[in-house]
Amino acid sequence: MREGVDQVGDDGAVAGRRGAGELEAAVLEVLQHGGSPLSPGEVRERVGGDLAYTTVVTILSRLHAKGVLDRRKSGRAYLYMPVADEPGLAARRMARVLDEEADRGAVLARFVSTMSESDEELLRKMLGEGG
Amino acid sequence: MHVVIYLPLVIPVVAAVTARGLADRLPPAAASWLLAASALALALASSSVLGLLAMSALIRIPVVDAAGHLSRSVVAHGDGVSIPVAIVAGALLAAAATAVGKVTWRRVRAIARAHRHASGLPGAGEVVVTEDTAADAYTVPGWPCRIVITQGMLRALSAAERGVLLAHERTHARNAHYLFSMAARLAAAANPLLHPVAAEVGYAVERWADERAAAETGDRALTARAIARAALASSAAPPERAAGAETAALGLIARGQGRPGPVPRRVAALLAPPPGLSPLLIAAAIVLVAVSGVCAVEAARDLHQLIELAQGQSA
Repeated sequence: MREGVDQVGDDGAVAGRRGAGELEAAVLEVLQHGGSPLSPGEVRERVGGDLAYTTVVTILSRLHAKGVLDRRKSGRAYLYMPVADEPGLAARRMARVLDEEADRGAVLARFVSTMSESDEELLRKMLGEGG
Repeated sequence: MHVVIYLPLVIPVVAAVTARGLADRLPPAAASWLLAASALALALASSSVLGLLAMSALIRIPVVDAAGHLSRSVVAHGDGVSIPVAIVAGALLAAAATAVGKVTWRRVRAIARAHRHASGLPGAGEVVVTEDTAADAYTVPGWPCRIVITQGMLRALSAAERGVLLAHERTHARNAHYLFSMAARLAAAANPLLHPVAAEVGYAVERWADERAAAETGDRALTARAIARAALASSAAPPERAAGAETAALGLIARGQGRPGPVPRRVAALLAPPPGLSPLLIAAAIVLVAVSGVCAVEAARDLHQLIELAQGQSA
């Protein structure tokens, strides 16, 4: 990518102030809390500070190359979203720990509990789906 | 000691057998309160009786008599509890105390951890949506409680059904339902005969949240459908769960051969008209618990009188 090469100096200058890893983390956080896929422009706006547009694009494509971000084409730009966001993984891991710790009684109040096969069949009948 | 002292040990069996009917026939909020409070009271009464039985044998040991200045003849004639019965009672009481201690420790630790987790979840809002393809939704206890919903679950539901899910989980969070299940678990730890009652408390708080969601959305059929759809999605894309954690909690209800599990039971309850408040049923449950309490108090008074009499004779 031609763009990528252009930004090296730019990126280096910013990195002096905030550090490349820190920037990546800041960008990732914005995307994780964004709720929807964001364009580089939107990311830049939300990260704040005086980041160059091209710097944001570099960070985003680097994170994408690392497999941390997913992207999809939207017009001329890409929209970026987290692949497996940290809170999702953390929450999942935590839910498992809490289930184990609860000592046979649920600490987490689940919307639906697990079902047996006969439960499933019964449920489908109740819904009138393929009874 | 009179035979009624044994009643508080037998009444939990009656409670265990009738708990399911109570959970089905009463409005779920009333059922949750009644079942949880009854479980605690019955556990307290049965533990007290075990203690009294053990103590009534203790005062027949000569060394204890001497130390307490008790008349040996009064003690020997006034009491009908045999030594083996007292030993069994003492052992059961020790086991109950150990179990309660263990459950309390685990629960408190789990809830403290849940609270730390709840406050560490991203964002400041009550609801957290995680990027997870598994269909799952739950309330994490804490101050305040947080509601976690996965993308997988959101995708499985229509907009109206998501409203049901949110109303359901918010009811858990607002009413601190984790305290109800904790109280019931503690009671069951003290007296294992109360396990079915504890399982029904778990079911009743789910129904409480369901009925609240139905009231908020004004549509019982929609609420039933949301639960069914979420459960089927959850079976198709199951979230990671510790083996036997929740299945054990609610499995006690489902274990009966051919009996439907909690999810079909909840859906069926929503498709039927909401249960009305039945004062007779509540009164019957209260009388049962009261009988248990009165028996335990009577037994304590008997023992106390016997000791006073023995002390008077000895002086």
